[in-house]
Amino acid sequence: MQRLGDFKLPHFFNYPPYFTLQPVRETREKQVQLWKELILDYCRSQKIFVISLEEDFPLFSNPVVERSLSHEARQVFLAALVNEGRAEWVDKSHKKCLILWLRIQDWADYILNFVKENGFEDSVMTIEDMRFGIETRGTELAGIDRGVLLRALKLLEQKGKAAIFKGASADDEGVKFSA
Amino acid sequence: MAANWLPPVSLTASGRPVFLPGEVERCLLPAVDLESENPGLAPFRSGLLVLTSHRLLWIDEQSAAGFAVPLAAVVHAYPPKKSIRSMFASPRIRLQVSVSPDGRIAEDGVRSEVITLVMRGKNDPDAFYCRLLEVLRSRQWEAAVVVEKRNTDSGIAEPPMAAAARVRMPVVGVSGILRKEQELWESTDKSLQEAFQDLNALMSKAKDMVQLAEKMRLKLLSSTSASGNADDEEMGSKQEMQDWLLSVGIVSPVTKESAGALYHQQLSRELADFVKLPLERAGGMIALVDVYCLFNRARGTALISPDDLLQACTLWEKFDVPVMLRKFDSGVMVIQSKARRDEEVFARIASLAQKPDALRTGISPSDAALTLGIAPALAKEHLLTAESKGLLCRDVSPDGFRFFINLFTEIDPSDIYMNKNNGPAHVWSSALSLSG
Repeated sequence: MQRLGDFKLPHFFNYPPYFTLQPVRETREKQVQLWKELILDYCRSQKIFVISLEEDFPLFSNPVVERSLSHEARQVFLAALVNEGRAEWVDKSHKKCLILWLRIQDWADYILNFVKENGFEDSVMTIEDMRFGIETRGTELAGIDRGVLLRALKLLEQKGKAAIFKGASADDEGVKFSA
Repeated sequence: MAANWLPPVSLTASGRPVFLPGEVERCLLPAVDLESENPGLAPFRSGLLVLTSHRLLWIDEQSAAGFAVPLAAVVHAYPPKKSIRSMFASPRIRLQVSVSPDGRIAEDGVRSEVITLVMRGKNDPDAFYCRLLEVLRSRQWEAAVVVEKRNTDSGIAEPPMAAAARVRMPVVGVSGILRKEQELWESTDKSLQEAFQDLNALMSKAKDMVQLAEKMRLKLLSSTSASGNADDEEMGSKQEMQDWLLSVGIVSPVTKESAGALYHQQLSRELADFVKLPLERAGGMIALVDVYCLFNRARGTALISPDDLLQACTLWEKFDVPVMLRKFDSGVMVIQSKARRDEEVFARIASLAQKPDALRTGISPSDAALTLGIAPALAKEHLLTAESKGLLCRDVSPDGFRFFINLFTEIDPSDIYMNKNNGPAHVWSSALSLSG
């Protein structure tokens, strides 16, 4: 089985037409679906939150069959993710795309669950610790994108499950969870 | 009054002399007097002198009157005198003419008289004299006379020798050149007629030829199917034979003359008949441009225009013919046999696309063209149609444009790592792993 890093690639990754934007509608729909799944899976496994269209993205090329996605194709697949709510364009010119392999809501739920499971209600954590600290190591939260985390926490805040407070500096940003 | 001692010349409305049959104008001199030595005959003053092959004409353009001296009556022409006296006087040319008893100038006169041409205008007497001599020598008026005599004597049985003796065909001078030209023209005309007769003969044979060709073709076809394993050489010459027979073509083509208002209808039927054989050979589909070439070659002459061809094809909808015109999205137009459905072609394409090599590298239009036995452009059309039906997928790369069997349908998005054990995807990935 082919791998990209430690990611297991599906067998159709070596199917050359996979890298050509299909004109026939039904075939295209299938192709888009496969790519969406693949992008999400890959980003999830590699903890990739942002795809930049101006840089090479290893998933978009396959040296084994000597094919890579055209710029147009990349736009199409990412736009499909955005439409589904699984991604967001970071800039107006659509050069950077934020991949939400977990939706913000899902993140919020995940955090809530994490807090419950680890008994962190009524405790305070810094944002930094949440992202890179010992407590979150081995969980999905490890290495989470800062913006995504804050948005998820804000959601929790709206529900009254958390309270974000700013510290003296940016590093001191923290959150207090409540039951 | 002996004023008109010369026979008159009829003039045209614009004052030109009316020529005798075969008479050719040779020289014109203005301001010439015609005098007779006979004092009783009034001279003609200052007229236009026209030397022809038959006569000497004197024309007074003012009064539109003309008189002629038949050259046949000229016995002798004296050259212009060259003396000191003549240098200051108008040049004169004297002619000795024969005169009939009643004083009129005639060919078969009994005595002779001298008449003088006095050139008052700026003339070259020597040149004129030369011309005059030429004309007198060539005696062209005699040809006309001979013809007349022949006509009048046809009633009387005459020995050919005597008739031949009387005929004196001059071969020098202008009349000689004219005669030669006439002969040449006659012989060309004759040979042309003969040639066209050959063509008519050929046309009548054409029908036989085409029937013969048809018989041979049938014989070839039957012999090919009879002998299962014909060796390559034999097949090659048979192929040549078939090609040749195909291009021999159509005996009596429909033309606008023959069919008139029904032209397009008849043409349409003729085309439907003709196109059957090439369609078979081409695997059920031919590009319209190829049909245009083949059809016109078969017709030989009476070629049809591309427009006529298109109209003829579109008329097929009205008749019950086993062929149809088909236009692809790309604009390519083909003639297709109704019997050959697309499904058959797709089945062949699908099987081609699932061969091990094709699974690995896909098929190009030229690969398909080779396998299907059709032109690459048509093969591409078939591949694109198959793609639109979901049978194939395209692969665009720097290597070119290729098609693969469509595996997207086989992949279950919820379990993208699973391989159906007997699906084409499985076969495909096995083929991949084999190649390493």
